[in-house]
Amino acid sequence: MSLEVRMVKITIDGKSYEVKAEKNLLETCLSLGIDIPHFCYHPALGSVGACRLCAVKKFRDKDDTKGRIVMSCMEPVTEGLIVSVEDPEARSFRASVIESLMTNHPHDCPVCDEGGECHLQDMTIMSGHTYRRFDFPKRTYVNQDLGPFINHEMNRCIQCYRCVRFYRDYAGGRDLNVFSSRNHVYFGRHKDGTLQNEFSGNLVEVCPTGVFTDKTLKKHFTRKWDLSNAPSVCVHCSVGCNTIASERYGSLRRIMSRYNGAVNGYFICDRGRFGYEFVNDEKRIKTVMLRADKGAELEPINDEKLYSNLNQSFSKKKNITGIGSPRATLESNYALMTLAGKENFYHGISKKEYLLTKTISDYFLTSGIHTPSLKEIEKADTIFILGEDLTNTAPMVALAVRQAARNIPNEEAKKNHIPLWNDIAVRELGQNEVSPIFIATTYNDSLDEIAEKAFRSSVHEIANLGYSIARNVDEKAPDAKSELKDLPELAVRISAALLKAKNPLIISGVSNGDEGIVDAALNIASVLRSKRSNVMLSMILPECNSMGLSLMPGTSFEDLGNKESDTLIILENDLYRRSGNDFVNDLFKKSSQIIVLDHLNNRTTEKSDILLPAATFAESEGTIINNEGRAQRFYKAVENKNQVKESWKWLVDFIQIRESDHSYSWNRLDDIVESLANELPVFSKLTKYMPDADFRMLNTKIPRQTMRYSGRTAINANIAVSETGLPADPDSPLKFSMEGQQENPPSSLVPFYWTPGWNSVQAMYNYLNEPDGSMKGGDPGIRLFEPVPAADNKYFKPEIRSAEVKKDELQIFPLYRIFGSEELSSMSPSVSQMIQEPSLLINEKDAVNLMVNDGDLVMLEILNDKIKVKLKIGYGVQPGMAALSMNLPGMQYFELPGSGKFHKL
Amino acid sequence: MERPLTQHIISDTSVRNLENYRKVGGYSCLQKVLKSMTPGEVTNVVKVSNLLGRGGAGFPTGAKWSLVPMDTVKSNLPKYLVCNADEMEPGTFKDRYLLEGNPHQLIEGMIIAAYAIQAEKSYIFLRWAYKKAEKVLRTAIEEAYSAGYLGNNILGSDFNLDMHVHSSAGRYICGEETALLNSLEGKRALPRAKPPYPALNGLFGRPTVVNNVETLSWISHIVEKGAEWFKGLSLTGTGGTKLFGVSGKVRKPGTWELPLGITFRELLEEHAGGMIDGHKFRGALPGGASTDFIVEEHLDVQMDFKTVAAVGSRLGTGTMIVLDDKTCPVSFIHNVEKFFALESCGWCTPCREGLPWVEKMLSSIEEGTGKIEYLDLLSFSAKYMSPGNTFCAHAPGAAEPLQSGLKYFHDDFVKHITDKKCPWR
Repeated sequence: MSLEVRMVKITIDGKSYEVKAEKNLLETCLSLGIDIPHFCYHPALGSVGACRLCAVKKFRDKDDTKGRIVMSCMEPVTEGLIVSVEDPEARSFRASVIESLMTNHPHDCPVCDEGGECHLQDMTIMSGHTYRRFDFPKRTYVNQDLGPFINHEMNRCIQCYRCVRFYRDYAGGRDLNVFSSRNHVYFGRHKDGTLQNEFSGNLVEVCPTGVFTDKTLKKHFTRKWDLSNAPSVCVHCSVGCNTIASERYGSLRRIMSRYNGAVNGYFICDRGRFGYEFVNDEKRIKTVMLRADKGAELEPINDEKLYSNLNQSFSKKKNITGIGSPRATLESNYALMTLAGKENFYHGISKKEYLLTKTISDYFLTSGIHTPSLKEIEKADTIFILGEDLTNTAPMVALAVRQAARNIPNEEAKKNHIPLWNDIAVRELGQNEVSPIFIATTYNDSLDEIAEKAFRSSVHEIANLGYSIARNVDEKAPDAKSELKDLPELAVRISAALLKAKNPLIISGVSNGDEGIVDAALNIASVLRSKRSNVMLSMILPECNSMGLSLMPGTSFEDLGNKESDTLIILENDLYRRSGNDFVNDLFKKSSQIIVLDHLNNRTTEKSDILLPAATFAESEGTIINNEGRAQRFYKAVENKNQVKESWKWLVDFIQIRESDHSYSWNRLDDIVESLANELPVFSKLTKYMPDADFRMLNTKIPRQTMRYSGRTAINANIAVSETGLPADPDSPLKFSMEGQQENPPSSLVPFYWTPGWNSVQAMYNYLNEPDGSMKGGDPGIRLFEPVPAADNKYFKPEIRSAEVKKDELQIFPLYRIFGSEELSSMSPSVSQMIQEPSLLINEKDAVNLMVNDGDLVMLEILNDKIKVKLKIGYGVQPGMAALSMNLPGMQYFELPGSGKFHKL
Repeated sequence: MERPLTQHIISDTSVRNLENYRKVGGYSCLQKVLKSMTPGEVTNVVKVSNLLGRGGAGFPTGAKWSLVPMDTVKSNLPKYLVCNADEMEPGTFKDRYLLEGNPHQLIEGMIIAAYAIQAEKSYIFLRWAYKKAEKVLRTAIEEAYSAGYLGNNILGSDFNLDMHVHSSAGRYICGEETALLNSLEGKRALPRAKPPYPALNGLFGRPTVVNNVETLSWISHIVEKGAEWFKGLSLTGTGGTKLFGVSGKVRKPGTWELPLGITFRELLEEHAGGMIDGHKFRGALPGGASTDFIVEEHLDVQMDFKTVAAVGSRLGTGTMIVLDDKTCPVSFIHNVEKFFALESCGWCTPCREGLPWVEKMLSSIEEGTGKIEYLDLLSFSAKYMSPGNTFCAHAPGAAEPLQSGLKYFHDDFVKHITDKKCPWR
């Protein structure tokens, strides 16, 4: 990557500018704050010149007064370019484009979900078109049912082609396309049905009108201007995409993508966008519940009664055990650690998961290896994916890999002097070129289609492949013996490609529960690091704060062994998803009192003696660390109701009870963050991270609401006639109000996008240094791992593990699903419609031998556990192996990889 | 008068088979090229001859070939030669005559052209409705393969060329060379943005030359007889003969090979036999539906690219559609615009949305429900769809008969609106 940027001088409407040469004129103008209306150009998708709206006048030289109309999105910025945006002919042409689009666009803005944040509305005003001259009937279409996420209203389509370009070209989807031709082109599926691509929700933001809208928002629709918003961070996987969480009338109305140039850019996955509905679940734990004595039912109690009870639980005499959670914030986990004491703080994850994540975070802290952001993943030119089904375990990483697959084709384009923004030409030229991407997984992967080579085998052999690659690069690295004949050759091929690459990237993770895979991935990173400096390693972790938890003291709760506790506190965690029934039951038996803090009922909350309603991400402030080691904070969008409180607030209360002789000075979130940063050096950067709660703009906090927020004085009139005051909100620099500066807050505190004239998400241009670039003031988040000088290579040695499996049994590996394998999103009604029943993938030959058919229901036995599953045959699973759905709702915990057998039901 | 392209098309069957084509000297030029000429020399002859593309745009063929990179870099290989035989311009049927009448003349021209740009693969992109031509071409290509004119080591040289006929799915826009390439790749037939040009980034992203049937049919003749001979064929300096055609209410509609530079009047009166009795000439679209009207006053203009352009129209394909006084000009233009509206690919806004609006206004005027302000709106639409405003030349082409029709038949439009009916009905 060359850092050298060539600058050129251009003239726009008589003013000269010095601008970057490799851009097109449209993005240049947008970076300069010059508004040019446009539809088909999207910063992440490039230019195609279809809509013709971004027309400007180009002049040959100073003496040329006539000029000619060109499309600014297709115009390269070259030295001496003279253009006019304000030229009357160009203006009038732009208005004509809107006028002709309006010949068919319905006048249904008042009932359209896009109204108020519609790019077409903004562009219509911007272009100056007002009077209608078309007096013939409008064209109409039939709409389709596209599943639980997306609503389809084709009459509103203005044929900008952004949807198919995003869905097909960018995200690799197949089932959305453009059909028919002329003024009857149709954007949809070949027939009604659920959109299959994992990123379909982005159509809502990519579509400039109301063709594709959020179906979950529709259920409790609110105009953008009436929403109260908070910058948030997705809690449904370890990637930490930035989101905007929006509220009205006390419920969370929707999640949108929040731009972060280093993380998710413009997009998020469907689990992140639609998983939010659990927050509004009727069955949320809203009140404190107490079990008077063992055997009694849980009964709601008031605060007074609660605290009299807690005085006993937290007396100094009692020994307390705290079990933290990878889906709870750093602050909550740290408060629990403080309450229970370091030696009594346990991580609420299995022993194996603990070991694997700890290995990874230790490695990142000491090895000096660079953990890439998603943006950096997109820049990788050779990628080796070891064991991870990215589309299901970290969807946005899969999307970034899809973009990385274009790097070699992009190089071809550069050689042919085709600018990279010229999307169709670049794709045309590069259609026969692929980047070297290698994938080793236990079953077929949806990224296989962009891979140079996909390798299917057991986790054991995948690890062996990894070890062999490391060994090929450095003979000091340990080798492993494979039983596969073609493995050494493949290892040679992959190691050669990695060595040749400018920006090689290794992606692996813990989803297979296999030390070999993790160790092998780290070994490859180490050997490459010893040969060169710029290898990147991305390790996918299971949950949103898995990385944060692994950096804290303590070990797995499975290490509790026979330890008995007076009070066991479980923080936002269903332990039955983490360990076998017997172990967890036994653990609960050994505890006199079980206190659980959580959002929704699960098997663990059922066992609690005191159940405390914990605020979700939408109702609290908190910091989580993504798999890159980036600390990011989410802010409260919804005020807490009933007895719901942030977990850390509950825990601070408990600390104050227990340490009543000390005066504890944790009054707000910033205080905890400060203590945490002081006590655990790995978190020392956190205090430098972002504006604290005292941050003010124009002497006031940042408004969560738009200036057009309606009903402010009447919204609670059904409760009290007098206007209720603003909530205190001491933990954040934001306020539940419309008053204050609306434009350009610090990048990590953007509650919504708006600038004069821009009401849609496209208002984002004004928050960025340049389209698709970094945010003004830097991208949100602070990285905890920074490259340190390379340590001596210590290699992980392969354990002598036998892949032997009992006769008649299959080796069973975990099968993660984007919809279903994550706990919270699975409770959202829209996501739950996408969850498939538990299934077992087996090989075709095994199916023949075992005389079973696709779709058969079988009883699967793994050790002493049994589960009813549906058989699916094929999917690249190798003979003697199988893949079992992981952690779907209602499934018990299985420690995988394992072995088992099944019989037909 | 020499008629090199059509001299051997006497009856339907004469030179279609290889034997007969060879008897009249066929493939001797190819032999000479492969034995004694370098690719650069071939390109140079064509360049010097000033052969202008016969598909309608009149782009110099030699110049087009010269843009193809001749270094053998991986990203430049394989190179392609594509013959545009998607003859769908309304009123145009000249390529069909050559395809059905003398397929080997085209094949030989293609092999020489492919040699000049060192293409390894060639396609004939054929209009779907040309079923007879398809059969003829497939047979001829098979013959050429058996005789060693196609395939590997053609005539013992180290030049290899494969040739395929692709019978298109039938869209007018496929005649646009980049839409043709997309269609050939199995994609939607949408034009591509230029630059990059097909010569660099064409079929499957590789260097490609797309030439019209008539253009490619010239190649063996030009290489054989030289650029000077070619230049001498026309009455103007341009060079060559051209297949001209006439349709409409004339006595003898048809297509003829005539020198570039004959006048409209000569074509109309001598070759097409003049108007049918009782019909008067009112105007004509000189080179297919996407060209501006010429009227009575232009009949003495010479038919060549520059001379026709000088009077505000285009030579186009050289096949004219005649409008007579018994036909309503509004209905005539409406019919043409309806065709263009239906054949829009739907990619860019002015074309996709502008043409149906034009069509609706014309239909309304023809039905007697039009408003006088439609005339301004129609003129506005024609300007709105002008070159540069749209993604490709489809809508600007459609605007040509519209804008000139509004000029020459203004009174007829007004009469429709004021009388609230079509005077011809």
